[in-house]
Amino acid sequence: MSRDTAIRTQGLTKYFGRFEAVSDLSLDVREGDVYGFLGANGSGKTTTVRMLLGLVLATSGEIEVLGRPMPRSGREVLPHVGSMIEGPAAYAHLSGRANLTLFDAMAPRSRRTGRKDRVEETLDRVGLGGVDERPVKNYSLGMRQRLGLAAALLRKPRLLVLDEPTNGLDPQGIRDIRALLLELNADGTTVFVSSHLLAEIEQLCTRVGVLDRGRMVVQEELAVLRAPTGRILLGTPDPDAAIAQLDRLGRSVEQHDGRRLAVRAADAAELNAELVRAGIGVDELSVERRSLEDVVLAATSAGNDTFARPPRAVQDAS
Amino acid sequence: MIRVELSKLLRSRRTWTTIALIDALPTLVGVLLAVTDLGPRPGEGPAFLSAVLTDGTLFPLAALAIVLPLFLPIAVSVTAGEAIAGEAAAGTLRYVLVRPVGRLRLLVAKLVAAMAFVVLTVLVVAATAYVVGVALLGDQSVQVVGSTSVSGTSLSTPELVGRTFLALGYAMLCMLGVAAIALFLSTVASSSLGAALGTMSIFVGSSLLLTLDASEAIRDYLPTRYWLAFVDLFRDPILWRDLQAGVILQVAYVAVFFAAAWANFATKDVTD
Repeated sequence: MSRDTAIRTQGLTKYFGRFEAVSDLSLDVREGDVYGFLGANGSGKTTTVRMLLGLVLATSGEIEVLGRPMPRSGREVLPHVGSMIEGPAAYAHLSGRANLTLFDAMAPRSRRTGRKDRVEETLDRVGLGGVDERPVKNYSLGMRQRLGLAAALLRKPRLLVLDEPTNGLDPQGIRDIRALLLELNADGTTVFVSSHLLAEIEQLCTRVGVLDRGRMVVQEELAVLRAPTGRILLGTPDPDAAIAQLDRLGRSVEQHDGRRLAVRAADAAELNAELVRAGIGVDELSVERRSLEDVVLAATSAGNDTFARPPRAVQDAS
Repeated sequence: MIRVELSKLLRSRRTWTTIALIDALPTLVGVLLAVTDLGPRPGEGPAFLSAVLTDGTLFPLAALAIVLPLFLPIAVSVTAGEAIAGEAAAGTLRYVLVRPVGRLRLLVAKLVAAMAFVVLTVLVVAATAYVVGVALLGDQSVQVVGSTSVSGTSLSTPELVGRTFLALGYAMLCMLGVAAIALFLSTVASSSLGAALGTMSIFVGSSLLLTLDASEAIRDYLPTRYWLAFVDLFRDPILWRDLQAGVILQVAYVAVFFAAAWANFATKDVTD
């Protein structure tokens, strides 16, 4: 665990007027992580991402990206960071190629030599290598998304910051992007993905941070969050006999739902052997783990885009 | 970044459409004059227009005098008004800034691009007007050498060329003033339309105030006060007073509004 930090914030706070969008946030992303930044819509994810990249200025707190303070060192840091923030954007009247060429030329100290190759290579990388010269305004949502990702990858960044990268993609596209991100990560790129799609994060990430109403409520390795709960889930065609046998063995059956049982036990193989020895068939067997959804729902309040009317007394007080 | 902005400008179909439309008016005027031979009497109508019937080579100046008070400032307002607000609305501003392109560098590049647009427009207008003027106008000319100054004396060709370039430079400085105002509004407004209309209303308002005797006290500070002072370059001798005042005034407008644009944009939260 002595890897360098890729992103670190301390006491990061942002007010828009009197609205506190992000509150005392301490992010800790290490190099080599695939970090999933989770939170409902409106929980402050995008504001945080924008602060990391120097687009929005923090009200207070410190940000360090790739070991340098942001936004002060933006000129040195940002060339090593690829990003996609709240959906892709491009100059609509130009082709995807022309867009990437322009974006490549904008970067400080960008060289003209090899620009064409860089652009073509990146287009290949995101599956747009064969795209024609039609303007971006005629692209489908999925193509735009791929182009946005290409713009982020253009300079072979050490850190990728992606906000909702699979928005608008079909299942095949989502799989492509996931494979691409894992491949990049295997090559040493740190990936920071923000999303409200739990399943996506669960399949991709090694570390997870959960944001709720501007506050970090969970930040942990995914493996730890998803540790076994100490229960075994099993299915049997003969649940009554199974319960009776388990009672005899002194195991507690904590849930019973038709032919499916949840049993407190550490070793699934041992439990299986016990039942089979007693002549009871087992056709399903798994170690129960908390799903990321359980973790997130337990840690967060109601959705961040619901604004229930507070009780009147409270309203008067504020 | 400046090169990128210029390439965007030149590749945009709208740039060329706008220039063609701006160019259409003086061309139409030239054709009408040629067909009817009915020029405005000296001292009436747009500057130089009365002179072009006798000397077609003066038509570029007449064309600029037609374009400068209204068309060119509108086009500049739209172009510069789009600078930041347009990128923000298209969502590309955030991607430009994280390239990273410094915020000051972006503002400078946008202003340079707006000026490039002005130069391009002025050159196209002047060139077309020259062709139109030589081809269609001035057939009544009995002159042998040189052209007539506004004061009635003769100007040699080198003199005329030199003064024409001075006039072009002066007109561009005036447009730089417009661009600076539009750029500032572009960092404030969330839509490029708002920035462009805001700028237009400033110079329309200024032109209106200039006609009012009651605005005597502030008229020398209004942005459009000396816009047409380039006509003085074609007097003999050149009447420098208004030109000098105009240069100082425009430089002040550019400095103030560019500084305001930077002050506002440097610390702005980019949330679109």
